[in-house]
Amino acid sequence: MKRISISPPVAALILAVVLFLLSGLLPNGFGSNLDVARAQAFNILRLAVFLGVIAAGQTLVIISGSEGIDLSAGSVVTLTAILTYIFVNGADERVLPALLIVLAVGALIGFFNGVGITFLKISPFVMTLGMAGVVTGAIIVITHGSVTGRVAPMMTRLIARPLSPDLQIPNAIIIWLLFGILMWLLLERTTFGRNLFAIGVNRVTARLSGVNVTGMNLATYALAGALAGFGGFLLVGNTGVVHLQLGQPFLFPSIAAVAVGGTLLSGGKGSYWGTMAGAITLTLLTSLLTTMQMPESVRQMVLGGTLLILISIYGRQRSLRQ
Amino acid sequence: MNRLQWNTFFARQPALFALVLLVLSIVINLFFQPNMFAPGTLNSNMRVFLPIILLAVGQAVVILGGGIDISVGGTVSIVNAVLATQVGLDGSPQDMWKFVFISLLIGLLAGAINGFFIAYLRLQPIITTYATSFLYGGMALFILPNPGGGIPASIASLYRTSTPLNLPVAFYVIAIILLIWLYLSSTRFGKFLFAVGGKAEAAYETAVPVPVVHFSTYVISGFFAALAGIAITMLSGSGNADIGGPMTLNSITAVVIGGNPLSGGVGGVAGPVMGAITLGIIQNIISFANVDTWWETFVKAAIIVLALAAPGIVNLFRRRET
Repeated sequence: MKRISISPPVAALILAVVLFLLSGLLPNGFGSNLDVARAQAFNILRLAVFLGVIAAGQTLVIISGSEGIDLSAGSVVTLTAILTYIFVNGADERVLPALLIVLAVGALIGFFNGVGITFLKISPFVMTLGMAGVVTGAIIVITHGSVTGRVAPMMTRLIARPLSPDLQIPNAIIIWLLFGILMWLLLERTTFGRNLFAIGVNRVTARLSGVNVTGMNLATYALAGALAGFGGFLLVGNTGVVHLQLGQPFLFPSIAAVAVGGTLLSGGKGSYWGTMAGAITLTLLTSLLTTMQMPESVRQMVLGGTLLILISIYGRQRSLRQ
Repeated sequence: MNRLQWNTFFARQPALFALVLLVLSIVINLFFQPNMFAPGTLNSNMRVFLPIILLAVGQAVVILGGGIDISVGGTVSIVNAVLATQVGLDGSPQDMWKFVFISLLIGLLAGAINGFFIAYLRLQPIITTYATSFLYGGMALFILPNPGGGIPASIASLYRTSTPLNLPVAFYVIAIILLIWLYLSSTRFGKFLFAVGGKAEAAYETAVPVPVVHFSTYVISGFFAALAGIAITMLSGSGNADIGGPMTLNSITAVVIGGNPLSGGVGGVAGPVMGAITLGIIQNIISFANVDTWWETFVKAAIIVLALAAPGIVNLFRRRET
């Protein structure tokens, strides 16, 4: 009997479509009204953009293997969103410098993660969890609990609004598509990407084949931090307000999105397309639960359960008996 | 003794490093709290440290067996939520002991779920227990959506003030744990635990029942998490579903500064107990040192990261010398 195999990104997309159609059947869903359905689809895609961008860095560190993971992503998103908010303060000409600053801050935090993991041999999970605490502490020090600032009109125009009135696609989605192409190029068409998969499969063979494993590890975590920073920048551009818990709710879904997309949590295999599909699926799942008026606790349990089921399907380790 | 002998001496006695840290932190703490060893002060310190000590013991067993348990905080939260809602502030002592018993069963069950997925389905420990931490945390939030409820004041004060023979309850608990550990590590199970943590494949080939050992470490950890949940509920006397979350990283940090490497197979339980006490004393010192309130979170998190980095830094220097 031939087994039918569907690649995980496609499976995730099919699941997303099914979830979307299901959400239409809810009492307060879109029903048979196509215009409402389209508007809702774009709305969910726009929400998925932020999860997708934050999960991009997560994809990189998870592909790099050796239990790679970035638990500081949530607090980095909050920090960079707040920094953008304070620094831009409503001025269009400060948007670009703000973007550069948050990319640098994110990269620096990621670099520290990399140093702890590579040189001090702290497990990535524990190191980045500790770093999340440090970044949260830094946020409290910087803000003293309250933030004053404003996003610039240009950011809202570039991120939240559609390109033109005729084309009802929010710009964030277009940015995400371009971003996805860049991520694909990075993973599939550069030396960095090739080396990333190589160290993900086996660090020893990668080193013996001339890959600078230490440098790759540092660069991967720094890049993941910078991408989380970019996520924070986009997020604040969309919401227009910040609070001290802005990024935290994205952390667990960002890891789950990577897993849904078929990237192996043990590293060495995966794609950003998969993560994009995963981000859409998880955003749909969350919004479905919100529409059904499920409390936060149920949402948490569903997310945890989803990840558990997914890793039971994709994430089995080799059996002891060989 | 020359350096090589020193190194092997330290390697054979991993708890020694923890002991040095503990003495150091006690000396510093004595400056701020000269009456530290007065029975009242000793008791009020130890009753605060006990939950993390219990959690660290369970975590140490899992890490010795080559795994890690991120879900312990979630289990603590569930136990806290169950006790606070089911016993209530005006509950009877019989109710309390009944639900203490049920809490222990909950802990065993939570551990068994982790163990089943990790030992028998062969999933990665970190990501599995991270997923279940959301399941358990969500469950706690479901039972107790808003902070409130509690246990009878008489029982809370039983934990807080009873000092048999002028010694804190925590001392007896620690003594019992160490005695059990001393016995356990000489049994067949103890040898299996170290073998599995050292190299699971090699242990498997020498007929060690690897899945059984892995499974039992998570059950033990779940049991200790329930004990920690009972202790912290008796300490606070009230319910809060978020109480356990931050304790997970502390338990791991206690194990690391207790001299057990995260890679498993090396160490014991005495080190982590001392590590947990050291961690508690460091928190004491921070609150005595009049750190600005806005900086407190940052300083605490930074110290945790430094503590996690300490063994790595020591290793870096050691390698440079040789």
